[in-house]
Amino acid sequence: MELIHLQDVQKTYHLGDLDVPVLKGVSLSVRRGELVALMGASGSGKSTLMNILGCLDRPTSGRYWLDGVEVSRLSPEDRAAVRGRQIGFVFQNFNLLPRTSALDNVLMPLSYARPRVADAAGRDRARRLLDLVGLGDRLDHHPSQLSGGQQQRVAIARSLVNDPSVLLADEPTGNLDSKTSAEILQMFRRLNADEGLTVILVTHDAGVAATARRVIHIRDGLIAAGAVGETVGAAR
Amino acid sequence: MRVIPGSVKLAFRALRRNVLRSALTTLGIVIGVGAVIAMVEIGQGSKRAVAESIQSLGANNLLVMPGQAASGGVSFGGGTSPTLTPDDADAIEREVSSAVAVAPVVRARTQVVAGNKNWVPLYIYGTSTEFMTVRDWPVAEGRAFSAQEVSGSAGVCLIGNTVARELFGNEPAVGQLIRVNTAPMRVVGVLAKKGANTFGADQDDIVLAPWRTIKFKVSGQSAQTGNQSAAAAQPGQPAPASSSARFPSQQPSPYPLQSASQMVNYPAPPPPTFVDQILVKVDSEADVPTAMRQITALLYERHRIRAGQPDDFNIRDTAELSQAAVATSQLMSGLLLAVALISLVVGGVGIMNIMLVSVTERTREIGLRMAVGARPGDILRQFLIEAVLLCLVGGAMGVLAGWLGSWAVRAFLHWRTEPSLPAVLAAVGVSAFVGVAFGFYPAWKASRLDPIDALRFE
Repeated sequence: MELIHLQDVQKTYHLGDLDVPVLKGVSLSVRRGELVALMGASGSGKSTLMNILGCLDRPTSGRYWLDGVEVSRLSPEDRAAVRGRQIGFVFQNFNLLPRTSALDNVLMPLSYARPRVADAAGRDRARRLLDLVGLGDRLDHHPSQLSGGQQQRVAIARSLVNDPSVLLADEPTGNLDSKTSAEILQMFRRLNADEGLTVILVTHDAGVAATARRVIHIRDGLIAAGAVGETVGAAR
Repeated sequence: MRVIPGSVKLAFRALRRNVLRSALTTLGIVIGVGAVIAMVEIGQGSKRAVAESIQSLGANNLLVMPGQAASGGVSFGGGTSPTLTPDDADAIEREVSSAVAVAPVVRARTQVVAGNKNWVPLYIYGTSTEFMTVRDWPVAEGRAFSAQEVSGSAGVCLIGNTVARELFGNEPAVGQLIRVNTAPMRVVGVLAKKGANTFGADQDDIVLAPWRTIKFKVSGQSAQTGNQSAAAAQPGQPAPASSSARFPSQQPSPYPLQSASQMVNYPAPPPPTFVDQILVKVDSEADVPTAMRQITALLYERHRIRAGQPDDFNIRDTAELSQAAVATSQLMSGLLLAVALISLVVGGVGIMNIMLVSVTERTREIGLRMAVGARPGDILRQFLIEAVLLCLVGGAMGVLAGWLGSWAVRAFLHWRTEPSLPAVLAAVGVSAFVGVAFGFYPAWKASRLDPIDALRFE
């Protein structure tokens, strides 16, 4: 079953009188449990596509189904709800709350969850996730007391706390050295393999993209390769 | 139900992340609320002080003064024409229904001697026992003089605290003998301490005696007292009027003396005795205008004043004075409140500035929160709650600061202050309102942010 399905998605920015088309008709689909890399040079429309996939933005035209629901026409309020329920974000610069413990950072998304999660249950869940990313002994550490790799692992734990159906990682290793990068990528692979989590890695780095089983290439607002994962499906 | 505590906890955590900034932000509100509390407490205190001072002057009191005397078009001013008699006082008490107590007053100013000490009291009042009721003035030691002693012009007196201190120091004053001018008087009681009146005059610097005693033995204005020692020897028997007694001389009397039988057969009508003022205590402030009308009508009748003739008396009510004083102090506390409110508004603008800075500073955080599922409404609420929380914490600290301030004013300046619950409630309410009003714009701005731009914000 397809978790994500984009059909002829276009995005055009209006700068004054000038129309700048960024996505010129993107169609792609991602199955549940896939580990996909979205790869493209800067200016290729990669970030715009990621924003649309993450329900942060809506396409100018075209349709987007996430988990069987068409989200391309939702209001900002409803998109926020979808983000909270279905999508986990991991950012290049971690985006942790400063002067806040790792545990509280992981707990943060739960304060916007509907229905509400009980405090104790949330804490248990956050502890378990921090254990999962190997930070079970650093619950009370603040971001400033953690290394870059550890911060990114806190961010991964945070992205998982809502039990999302898809994890969107935007250049997750861009700020990390090669050894830590390898660890983080290994963690994505493990999450994908062990937990069956759908992961989309957005990157410009072919080395990072090589982690994924399928690479979607985007060039000049169009999918250049890997739009549909038949090969993977066939391999299975 | 869980929404509010959760958001409040969240806001607390956010504020705690930058304690210094939060503290500086609230400072404006602390000062504003503190100013409101201190101002209102001081204002209330001084209002009450004025009111009580007026009361000790005699709230609900009417003062009936004799009219003015004039000669050849030259007026001698109010109270110069002797027109009020003790009978007027009795008549007022009898016929004016709302008059609770009426006291005629005769004034004198002379030296008081006790042992080797002497003193000139500010007030020497001859009056009746009702004076203490009219002026709300209890006797601290000993007793008040009785009605019999008043009618018998007995040589007894009450002295005020200051006089007791000046004449007797720490010795007990009750039972001592003092001499007022030439008249000996036994001190039967000491009045309770009353302190200075609104105009700074020491009210305790007083000697109170039966009015006949002061009138006939001390000031000697009336010709009724023949020889002072004789009058003292047989009190209650006014000696026959004679100018020779008033102005004793070695010359033989130019008028033939009356024989005993002549005196019995043709009793001389008692010449009128005049008092300097009549104090009337009215039941309640509401009755003052009625009482004034009734007294005016009564005195017109008694003094045979026809319509068109000038009054030979005038009535003053202290309610007018007290109203003016209360109005003044209300105006003052209103003014202080306005100043305090302005400082609250300034504090609110400060909060808005800091909240705007905070929104800019935390743009990425806002973007992140939106990315993980916060709706614009959630962001709006969070920043609003932060602002209100800042204001409420500032308000609470401000209440403490205000109390501290009014305590300091009370302790060091000896001003009177009075705790005011409405002021506390109003201050807390206003600070919450300031939080919402000035926190709304930054919070609204935060909630309008585009999550994509916010996440990319450097």
